[in-house]
Amino acid sequence: MKFSGFRVFAEALKGHTGWRPLWRNPDPKPSYDYLIVGGGGHGLATAYYLAKTFGRSRIAVLEKGWLGSGNVGRNTTIIRSNYLLAGNEPFYEFSMKLWEGLEQELNFNAMVSQRGIINLFHTDAQRDAFRRRGNAMMLAGAGARLLGREELRAMVPFLNYDNARFPIKGGLMQARAGTARHDGVAWGYARGGDSHGVDLIQNCEVTGFRLDRGKVRGVETSRGYIAADKVGVAVAGSSSRVMAMAGMRLPIESHVLQAFVTEGLKPTIPGVITFGAGHFYISQSDKGGLVFGGDIDGYNSYAQRGNLPVVEDVAEGGMALMPMIGRARLLRMWGGVVDMSMDGSPIIDRTHIDGLYLNGGWCYGGFKATPASGYAFAHLLATGAPHETARAYRIDRFARGHVVDERGAGAQPNLH
Amino acid sequence: MLIPHPLLGLRDAQEFTYLGDARLIDRPDPSAPDAEAAFCDYVFLRDNPAGVHREFWFHEQGDRSWLVVTRDTVTHEVLGAELARDAALSRTRCSK
Repeated sequence: MKFSGFRVFAEALKGHTGWRPLWRNPDPKPSYDYLIVGGGGHGLATAYYLAKTFGRSRIAVLEKGWLGSGNVGRNTTIIRSNYLLAGNEPFYEFSMKLWEGLEQELNFNAMVSQRGIINLFHTDAQRDAFRRRGNAMMLAGAGARLLGREELRAMVPFLNYDNARFPIKGGLMQARAGTARHDGVAWGYARGGDSHGVDLIQNCEVTGFRLDRGKVRGVETSRGYIAADKVGVAVAGSSSRVMAMAGMRLPIESHVLQAFVTEGLKPTIPGVITFGAGHFYISQSDKGGLVFGGDIDGYNSYAQRGNLPVVEDVAEGGMALMPMIGRARLLRMWGGVVDMSMDGSPIIDRTHIDGLYLNGGWCYGGFKATPASGYAFAHLLATGAPHETARAYRIDRFARGHVVDERGAGAQPNLH
Repeated sequence: MLIPHPLLGLRDAQEFTYLGDARLIDRPDPSAPDAEAAFCDYVFLRDNPAGVHREFWFHEQGDRSWLVVTRDTVTHEVLGAELARDAALSRTRCSK
């Protein structure tokens, strides 16, 4: 079933009776070549690229709940590639390029909207650091623009430029960044994978791994045993729990990150604005709601809800940056459980168990990485070698001393 | 969340900063032959359980004592708290 403007027109004439479900709902087969554990954005993208780009078959995705029921539907939908480190920037720029072609690739409207992101700075030292990051971005082909105070004021006049503690001196802009419809991304990859023969198996919780002489043989699930040659785990938020079933301890703590959305308003905020110093970032959805968030709560949590001190902190950050949002009423707030890795960077790697692979540790930034993460993980599963942009994301980097610490904050998850 | 401080009674968790798993109280022996690997595990690896978790909280905005708080990571229910000093003294490491 191909989507097109003509198809919408034709269906309108037929009373919309011709639409079909986007994917099958198959029962699990006894064995597969590739099993992907986790039917979120990263898992579905992995299965899609494994089937479509790498031409593999006999692939299944196992999802505990329904497809896209975890963090892919809980994030604040921002896509960007404004990183500094050589281990990060090419990977996120690869992801950005995949975002730019995603809708044509999937024939699905993921509402990718390149409305730009601006990171605000408040001091000379911050300006220097942002200039350096902008240069790193330009070297990777991501593009960047350093905005002065007056230039910025012409673009976003509603900010409080004369805040006593954090006066705004300018911003670093990536015009190609933006937002995407997060559920649509999951559905698009699911539909694409299904049409290339991937079995998407929902309500199927993995309860254990069957290991034999250092090799994975298959997984025990709530719907019976499924044999597999290769098992890729992409369950960020719950990576520690799942990998513990294979006897592994990970360099990860699970934390809760909250997000907020207001009632729908007329267009006011042109892109994404981040106020790092005040623990606050904001954008406006196509429906008009102001979508914003701040820091993680800062303690281990699997609760998918946070506590009020961070709500207060985020609200204070918002009021300090743009006092006008004090008039907006909060519609919803929620929390997601994120894999906080010890250096703030992800893991896409094989494990010491033959045939068992891990994709996790995405901290609070997994959504923007969805296409590249899926592509790189599929590359690893299909070829046995890391994708050229994901070579830094080895699990043994902590022991080797090659951490990828984008924030320079040290080995402590609640500092990232 | 309210933390039952053993000396000060119920205190708001906002007064504390968080360090994480209280297993860090058992620092590896730096002169052991496998000290490098043991310290790598100590610094980077965590159990990260869903459920009851013993963890360090520092009463930074209060009496600046370190506590070992027992808390459920699924419900955020705080089940108890003791002074980290008492927890350390009850371990063999500090018994000499």
